[in-house]
Amino acid sequence: MMDKFKIVIENLNLQFGNQPILKNICASIPENKITVIMGPSGCGKTTLMKSLNRLTDLNPDAKVTGSIFIDGQDILHTSENITLIRKKMGLLAQRPYPLPMNIYNNIAYGLRISGRRKKRYLDKRVEHYLRQVSLWDEVKDRLKEPAGRLSIGQQQRLCLARGLAVGPDIILADEPTSALDPISSQAIEGKFNELKKNYTIVLVTHILRQAKRLADHVIFMYMGEVVEQGPASEIFGNPRQEMTKSYLNGIFY
Amino acid sequence: MIQKKEFEEKFFRVLMFFSTLIIAAALIFIIFSVLYKGLPSISWEMLTQVPEGGFYFGREGGILNAIVGSLYLSTGATVMSFLVGLPLALYMNVHLVRYGKLVNTIRFILDLLWGVPSIVYGAFGFAVMTYFGIRVSLLAGTITVTLFVIPIMVRAMDEILKSVPVGLLESSLSLGSTRAETAYKVFFRQCLPGLSTAVLLSFGRAIGDAASILFTAGFTDYIPTSPDQPVATLPLSIFFQLSSPIPQVQERAYASAVVLVIIILVTSILSRMFSHRYQKNKINF
Ligand SMILES: Nc1ncnc2c1ncn2[C@@H]1O[C@H](COP(=O)(O)OP(=O)(O)OP(=O)(O)O)[C@@H](O)[C@H]1O
Ligand SMILES: [Mg+2]
Repeated sequence: MMDKFKIVIENLNLQFGNQPILKNICASIPENKITVIMGPSGCGKTTLMKSLNRLTDLNPDAKVTGSIFIDGQDILHTSENITLIRKKMGLLAQRPYPLPMNIYNNIAYGLRISGRRKKRYLDKRVEHYLRQVSLWDEVKDRLKEPAGRLSIGQQQRLCLARGLAVGPDIILADEPTSALDPISSQAIEGKFNELKKNYTIVLVTHILRQAKRLADHVIFMYMGEVVEQGPASEIFGNPRQEMTKSYLNGIFY
Repeated sequence: MIQKKEFEEKFFRVLMFFSTLIIAAALIFIIFSVLYKGLPSISWEMLTQVPEGGFYFGREGGILNAIVGSLYLSTGATVMSFLVGLPLALYMNVHLVRYGKLVNTIRFILDLLWGVPSIVYGAFGFAVMTYFGIRVSLLAGTITVTLFVIPIMVRAMDEILKSVPVGLLESSLSLGSTRAETAYKVFFRQCLPGLSTAVLLSFGRAIGDAASILFTAGFTDYIPTSPDQPVATLPLSIFFQLSSPIPQVQERAYASAVVLVIIILVTSILSRMFSHRYQKNKINF
């Protein structure tokens, strides 16, 4: 069966100042699947994720060329409001940045800016999303407490819930379990497997076993380039590139 | 090697101790000498009455005109600066992040304006007023002080807003907030404690400055009932009383200084309490 591609990246180049960070990236990300981006630290995974959300706009030194098609629309060359494009994606950053408000409002924020204000509705949704990231039981008695008091792992889950609450089609998760214990990681992994029915998920992870458990599709990057990409079974079972092979075998240089 | 480092450590500790001591001693000395000279001549009468005829020669009356005038003027100027300054500071740090050079140019200009002595603002205000034939008044004084305070307030706010990590801006935007929502709902909240300190700092500068209002606000023995009337202020009132040859009037000048210090102290404490209430939601990154 042919996959339908939600995101298609064509000849994406990105420089910070004079330094090329992403080089001629071409990649396709299938809809309602989990795509895992792998590669050594510093190879440009986070930068690629941010480009998808056009957060690179914020960097005075960033120069971006090429195209990123989301649902067929080139988000790098579009007249559509960037805010609407960003709403389609929930970005879970590598480090959690909770909003400077209480736990409840962190989740309700996204709903409120979309115009939902009824307390009963908000209460229900906040509980729903907190349950989805298995945080509800931990925080249900302290919803009015500042989000900054949560542990880093709790903040990570809070930020995931907050991203889901905006109602995106795509979830971009940059090492979403980096601060979680194995049990909570598994809970989140299970959640991703459930979520892919309704969302297209792009995930960065350094944990090989996690990648193997979750990935439907894999993009392997090295030094700003895409070395290899394809269905998970192919990449993990029978990688074509030497570099991918040695990375997967843990003998990376 | 180790000995050298230990010596360095000691040297800087001693240096720090003495700097702290000098600053603390100077502060205590100033406050005590003002209180010592001023407190005995503070009276209820002085705080609740405007000057009677001959007040500056030691007769009846008080400085209510200057207390109320100073509060009117500096509150007005602080509010106006806030209305201009907050949007500007937020705009620089949320909307213009992409344009680093432009923002740095704005900062540079504001720093220049900050450095201009307030008498120059006074002279400028005076020149504009003469050109349009406006007389000294509460309004003219307030506008001049506002111009003088805006760079101070904007740069103070800017320094606070600058310290917000990019990651928070990215998070807010990726949730689909507009730049304005990011500015007023996220950055404003994160920085609320610091922003209120910036406002207080500006209020303090506004109420304590004499030079910018010398030619623009005038002086009067009455409390203004409309913005186009001249207004008295504490710094000028202190100046006039202190210039008097009569010792009794000079003592009242110190009493007026005590009032000024107390006003600044009270706003300071209020703002601390206010900012403390909002401190709790601030994220410490
Ligand atoms: N704002 C920036 N300005 C300049 N260079 C940057 C900036 N952000 C990232 N880089 C550089 O871009 C390269 C890729 O960084 P990126 O964060 O995308 O790596 P990564 O693959 O996510 O690494 P990790 O696995 O450690 O998170 C790095 O060499 C980094 O130094
Ligand atoms: Mg990264």
